[in-house]
Amino acid sequence: MKSTPAAMIPAWALAFALAAPALADSGDIVVRDAWSRASVGVSRPGVAYMAILNPSDEPVTLTGLRTDLAERSEIHLTATDGQGVSSMTPAGDIAIAPGETVLLQPGGLHAMLMQLRRPMQDGESFALTLTFSDGGEATVEVPIMGIAARGPGG
Amino acid sequence: MTRRRALVGYGAAALAALALALFAGWWRVDGPGAGQAADRRPLPLTQMEFRLTDHEGRAVGPDTLVGKPTMVFFGFTYCPDVCPTTLSDISGWLDDLGKDAAELLNVVFITVDPERDTVAAMAEYVSYFHPAIRGWTGSQEQIARAVEGFQATYERVKTGASEYTMNHTASVFLFDAKGRFATTIDYHEPREFAVPKIRRAMDAEGAT
Repeated sequence: MKSTPAAMIPAWALAFALAAPALADSGDIVVRDAWSRASVGVSRPGVAYMAILNPSDEPVTLTGLRTDLAERSEIHLTATDGQGVSSMTPAGDIAIAPGETVLLQPGGLHAMLMQLRRPMQDGESFALTLTFSDGGEATVEVPIMGIAARGPGG
Repeated sequence: MTRRRALVGYGAAALAALALALFAGWWRVDGPGAGQAADRRPLPLTQMEFRLTDHEGRAVGPDTLVGKPTMVFFGFTYCPDVCPTTLSDISGWLDDLGKDAAELLNVVFITVDPERDTVAAMAEYVSYFHPAIRGWTGSQEQIARAVEGFQATYERVKTGASEYTMNHTASVFLFDAKGRFATTIDYHEPREFAVPKIRRAMDAEGAT
């Protein structure tokens, strides 16, 4: 998946960037292998998974999600305790260290899409924007697979 | 003399620290601080008592499952992550076991959210997964009895004004054909462990 850098870099920052070895910039963020599952209607929450890579020399912090597909979208974390009980909670801000990749994958972190505005149909896709603490954004087109899909390949 | 006393003192302190560490370990693993998990084995299916309805409207209960090896999973259809992943895993295990496996096994998905998971909701939901998977729902009281029999847990958690999610046991329970509990397949367990476990439960059929 491609990511579109949306951060506007002011001229002074550009001048600074030329002088400094690296500048923290979420515009470098690369989003790969995004996928989601079809929904049953609109009453149930949807989900999306992806790999978010920070190739820059500075940490970046993922602070939120935005999509016109859902009224609310947040990163949630599924945790399974020693007794095998699974629970799901909002994950809050997610710091991504330089060179690190954060994986949104089944049973762990995932994009939770609440109050869907339209059903998620197998074979379609939707735009999801990731927002970062420096004001930058990355938008990814997320393909929708079947409900029983296990990964970006189906 | 003073130095020797100091050495003895250090030795005693180190021994005390070691003893404390050992005690702490025992307390958590085998002692009173140990989790309940070890004791919480599901009852044999023959000793469970609950009445539910399957996704085709048929009356079902634990006795429905005796006679074939059985896989049971608790979840709910408003669960976006764990439940579709597990049902998809189960579908994959069934594919790996071969085309006869579906006829040789009972595979049941029991909802812990009967308020939203009606018979019709279960029917639509299970239709997206392996055709051997049956969806069971029922009254809150009967669901609670089923969960109790499996020694599983579930809890309703409010997430908004009128929204809620369910925390629940996400392990897959395996029983042999006589209804005796065999083992669990825990969430995230690799498929190379899961499929042999199911085969063992299926092979236990002839054993006494």
